[in-house]
Amino acid sequence: MAEENPKNGKVGLVDRVKDDIQAMKVDIPAKAKEQIEGLKDPTKTQVYTSIFRHKHDDTPRNRALGVLSNVFLHLHPAKINRDAVRYSYTWGMGGITFFLFIILTYTGVLLMFYYHPSKVQAFRDVLYLEHDVPFGKILRNMHRWAAHLMVIGVWLHMFRVFLTGSYKKPREFNWNIGVLLLVFTLLLSFTGYLLPDDQLGFWAVTVGTNMARATPLLGHEGPFGSMLGMTPYNDVRFGLLGGSIVDANALLRSYIWHCIGIPIVASILMIVHFWRVRKDGGISGPAPVMLEAEADKPRRGPKAAGE
Amino acid sequence: MDWRQLWEICSAPDNVPIVGLIPLLAFYIYLAWKQAHANDVLIEQLEGDAALAKTHHRKTWPFKPGWQKEVHVWPFLLRIEFLAAIIVTIILMVWSITLNAPLEEPANPNLTMNPAKAPWYFLGLQEMLVYFDPWIAGVVMPTMIIIGLMVIPYIDTNPLGSGYYTWKQRKFSIGTFLFGFIILWIAMIIIGTFIRGPGWQWFWPGQTWDHNRLIYEVNRDLPDIFGITSNMAKAIFGAIVVGGYYLLGGFVVYSLFRRYMGKDFKRMSLLQFGITQFLLLTMVALPLKMGLRLLWHIKYVWITPWFNI
Ligand code: HEM
Repeated sequence: MAEENPKNGKVGLVDRVKDDIQAMKVDIPAKAKEQIEGLKDPTKTQVYTSIFRHKHDDTPRNRALGVLSNVFLHLHPAKINRDAVRYSYTWGMGGITFFLFIILTYTGVLLMFYYHPSKVQAFRDVLYLEHDVPFGKILRNMHRWAAHLMVIGVWLHMFRVFLTGSYKKPREFNWNIGVLLLVFTLLLSFTGYLLPDDQLGFWAVTVGTNMARATPLLGHEGPFGSMLGMTPYNDVRFGLLGGSIVDANALLRSYIWHCIGIPIVASILMIVHFWRVRKDGGISGPAPVMLEAEADKPRRGPKAAGE
Repeated sequence: MDWRQLWEICSAPDNVPIVGLIPLLAFYIYLAWKQAHANDVLIEQLEGDAALAKTHHRKTWPFKPGWQKEVHVWPFLLRIEFLAAIIVTIILMVWSITLNAPLEEPANPNLTMNPAKAPWYFLGLQEMLVYFDPWIAGVVMPTMIIIGLMVIPYIDTNPLGSGYYTWKQRKFSIGTFLFGFIILWIAMIIIGTFIRGPGWQWFWPGQTWDHNRLIYEVNRDLPDIFGITSNMAKAIFGAIVVGGYYLLGGFVVYSLFRRYMGKDFKRMSLLQFGITQFLLLTMVALPLKMGLRLLWHIKYVWITPWFNI
């Protein structure tokens, strides 16, 4: 504390500064030391503890918390049936499909930076991607092949879910969500096919949507269609393409379905799908085998398979 | 043998997924079969030994008393997921570096692609266009496939085989699914991809695609064979044939169910059984109609002023 000036009872400025400097010589090194000490154990810092809400020493409690206190990981329960981690049971296909969806979203967003959904630009943009954009070619290739892989993944996933009887009680509803996901996965792939605006996409979509002409009641060439006043200019095909031929409007519609509409719906369905896997008692097995004689007894609850 | 043609088809970038799908399917069918077989052996053993059935942990994998029934997701599941993500990424990277996505000439409505093929995953439906009118192949069939898949959990009343691979406990449902998935879906895609050439004509693998080949196929309709000429009579005749197929077929299904799947039949309500009959007969109708066409060149069975089947 600087001393008071005996004359007027006030502390002089110079004294104050001197005093502060004295104090600083002690304070700052002390703090610096503290800081360095603190850095030796970053897990004690406020930044760290604000992000990670629990310790990480290898205890069962912490292993569980590591999953439960993380918004992404807590899709999973903390513990699962010891056999459920066997690859041979699930083939990992649901997870792989989901992972491919994430890759597709990521590469898809990057592709969107270079692509204009218009007749003048679309094809050139793809050429530009192929030849000028850095890593453009591999970006496009990855998006294309991941899309094909996702279709294969969904089929194989459905196949294993069927073979393990996993659609049976209490998972009937989730199987249905799955069927919708299957449909949307195919539609995602199909709407993307037109976007390069080349012969391949054009004719594939022409062939595909020509069938819509023949929709009963709603297509102009379908049974009872013309009786209901359907023409090439007002039937479902017109609605899908935004015109009577595959042209600029069809390209724009494809683009919007492909990049906005279907991904949103599919994401929502995936959220429901994963939620239901948990709520229905985790994945169905590998469950203990049941014998013929036990078939008509009351069923074991979903918990029996282990959450 | 035109190897070049064969190579051209197999190496067309958009056909590679289906080339890859075949070994992949074979592998997973093998994996499923192996486990189903092991479980079936275990089931048989337990059914023959009531005392063992009470004490056995009922899985084919070893389990010793004292072992924990559950394991932590972290790390036991997450490490597998992480590994799977890395492997998929590597496969995708290698594939994307070695094979380029196709890009044809700019879209040109005046220059028809021949053959104009849908993406490979829809080729099964396109193949059906040969045998059925577009409103059936393109609209009714997809709708029925989706609805059919959706009702599966509600018509399969067999409580056995939930959560493990088995064949013996679910012969009918697995057999039906394999028929639908492998024969009616995958096999049709394979035909559409590898066999159909210009003009959607049949070219054996290795046969050169001849763009000028014409096939004079004289197709008849079933009523013609019976000498029916008037439109009215044709419509009624077709209705009888199609209706008869479902009625008679329905009876056969009933008879088979009652005899060989008595327990399942007992568990089913009338609605469940009716839907099963209808879907099953419709599935079986596809190869039947294909056979009519391929063997006897019959195009339509039922002809009306509004639609033909
Ligand atoms: C975009 C498509 C899909 C994604 C991302 C997805 C994802 C998943 C995941 C991650 C699981 C956890 C178990 C596993 O990996 O096998 C799962 C389970 C399940 N999925 Fe899917 N799925 C999709 C499509 C489908 C389809 C097409 C079906 C059936 C038609 C289906 C039916 C089911 C059922 C019933 C379960 C519970 C299985 C069990 O408990 O063993 N899903 N799904």
